[in-house]
Amino acid sequence: MHHFWLIPALPLAGFLINGIAGRRFSKTAVNVVAIGSVLLSFLWTVKTILGLLPLESAHVEQYFTWFESDTMFGHGLRIGFDLAVDRLTAVMLMVVTGIGLLIHIYAIGYMWHEGGYYRFFAYMNLFMFFMLILVLGANFLVLFVGWEGVGLCSYLLIGFYFLKKSASDAGKKAFIVNRIGDFGFSLGMFLIVVNFGSLDFAKVFPTVAQLPAEQGFGALTLIGLLLLVGACGKSAQIPLYVWLPDAMEGPTPVSALIHAATMVTAGVYMTARASVIYLHAPIAMEAVAWVGLATAIFSASIGLVQNDIKRVFAYSTVSQLGYMFLGVGVGAFSAGIFHLVTHAFFKALLFLGAGSVIHALGGEQDLRHMGGLRKSAPVTFLTLLAAALAISGFPFTSGFFSKDEILVAAYHHSPALFWVGVITAGMTAFYVFRAIFLTFFGAYRGHHHPHESPPVILLPLVALGVLSLAGGFLNVPGFLEPVFGRQEGGHDPSLVFIATASGLAGIAIAWLFYVARPGLPDALARQFGRAYRLLYDKYRIDEVYDALIVKPVVNGSRDLLWRGADVGLIDGTANGIGSVSRSVGGVLRYLQSGSITSYAAWVLFGSILAILAITVLGGAR
Amino acid sequence: MTSLTAVPLSWYLTLSVILFVLGVTGFVIRRNLITAFMCIELMLNGVNLSFVAFSYELKQVDGHIYSFFVMVVAAAEAAVGLAIILAVFRSRQTLLSDEVNSMKL
Repeated sequence: MHHFWLIPALPLAGFLINGIAGRRFSKTAVNVVAIGSVLLSFLWTVKTILGLLPLESAHVEQYFTWFESDTMFGHGLRIGFDLAVDRLTAVMLMVVTGIGLLIHIYAIGYMWHEGGYYRFFAYMNLFMFFMLILVLGANFLVLFVGWEGVGLCSYLLIGFYFLKKSASDAGKKAFIVNRIGDFGFSLGMFLIVVNFGSLDFAKVFPTVAQLPAEQGFGALTLIGLLLLVGACGKSAQIPLYVWLPDAMEGPTPVSALIHAATMVTAGVYMTARASVIYLHAPIAMEAVAWVGLATAIFSASIGLVQNDIKRVFAYSTVSQLGYMFLGVGVGAFSAGIFHLVTHAFFKALLFLGAGSVIHALGGEQDLRHMGGLRKSAPVTFLTLLAAALAISGFPFTSGFFSKDEILVAAYHHSPALFWVGVITAGMTAFYVFRAIFLTFFGAYRGHHHPHESPPVILLPLVALGVLSLAGGFLNVPGFLEPVFGRQEGGHDPSLVFIATASGLAGIAIAWLFYVARPGLPDALARQFGRAYRLLYDKYRIDEVYDALIVKPVVNGSRDLLWRGADVGLIDGTANGIGSVSRSVGGVLRYLQSGSITSYAAWVLFGSILAILAITVLGGAR
Repeated sequence: MTSLTAVPLSWYLTLSVILFVLGVTGFVIRRNLITAFMCIELMLNGVNLSFVAFSYELKQVDGHIYSFFVMVVAAAEAAVGLAIILAVFRSRQTLLSDEVNSMKL
């Protein structure tokens, strides 16, 4: 036994201690509990993985049987609370606990002056618990527990400033949109149970591996598509991406940890985990690739014109998640996970850096009111620059390696995918550097006096900056070979060159627009006013969903279910019975006069009636 | 014996109906509780008369037995009823039934 359970149990303990007693703790005590539990979890992860190496196959630890049935679809069904560690899980564990630890440290500085300090850290620890359950689960149901749990924490933390209406609305939106995805995921799980009689990865995947690849549309394709629906919800892919940009209402460390580095990548992890199913369902696999590609370019184009620094990065996250799905969808599972890892580095850094800027400017998030911060916040500037270079695929940064692996794999699948991916890479570089230039270059356009953040904020920035620059040299795809097998397709220098050139071009255009010729973007926006408005309004997708889905549901609920069924039918029946009884009783109560003579008269009348009835009906014979 | 048999059954029954209807009418129209009480006795005796007449006509003893039971019940009722009437009079100083029309004391 390596006691995998300790890895999630430690943050859970932190959650319980801070959640129950944190109100009475000093902030330092809250810090010790929250950061200490994540630190111990991180150390235990490292110890576990080192102890398990070389980790050629999955290690499963079975703790207890959750439930079992002898007669489920002809098979016996046993679902246990089992945790497993293989190389894929090891990578995810390192990302979650490592980046989680850095962001917890950062949050000390960022949240210090906020109300509900202990509550924030309790939720963060709870999130760590569920996320670790998600990646450690050895069957779909344990994974689903974590999956739902991180959704809950996401809701709680997006709505952390619950007195603000937009924040609580955003929390609800995230929760409800995720329900749609989870519905698909649940159906996928049911189909797996029906077809394979188990939810254990160790039983389902070997069974699937022995089946021939489906040519048409069969059970595996349906399972793959339903799991994709779940992944689309959690990982903010078209058509369910709408919740993620709004999720930026939460505190910035939450955006970095949950809505950039870890939770939103759960869909990619799950898809990669179910790689065997997708490899045997080509239609579902193709759908994954196209959903990813469409999301990547769609949200990148929205990101081009947004003015809120966190929203720019939010659309960037959606877009980069699309990249990961593209990688997974063209069969480059290890490249997809590699990009997940490097993205966790540089996107967490982008958000934390943005948080540092927001902190430096006293809460300002609008790029139009920033500028010239490179002198007053030099460390933030340098680390954010590192992240921006990495996401743009600048040579030898982490994003360069992972993005190129995906694009090369996409090219081998279909050149069209590659070219759209290259355009997206250029757009990505453009909008990220647009944010960098607007924040750090030119003249300061705000009012608050800018100051550099304290060391507790800068330390995680520097650590993530180093990882963003050097993380590409981690051989994640090589490490994952035992899980996904060797991926074909060697490095093609010309493809790499094209992709890199696209990123550099994006940086150059951003430089031209926002440093060299600052009047140009406004002129272009006027020139292409209609297209600009469309992008600025995010293609008005929220409005379309509102008109097509939200309004009919709200109106139907109000008019049909509330006023029709509830008030009309149910209340009407109950009240109707009551009022009929009242009116009948209102007449009958005159019989109860209290006068003995009238009672006697009634008795007489009744007896006469009875005798008449018996006589007429011939009862007395 | 023959003199008795000369009276036909229908006469007894007619007398019984007259007694009963007198009782009912008195019970309904008179308001004095003691009068109402005596009307009840009248009804019971009207019924008793029909029992006895049938019993004699059919040469069976059942009707006699029934009439004894009715008399016993009537005696018991007289005891209880008079006690109630006394109690009512003590608390309300009246014996008019329409002034005793509320269930509470």
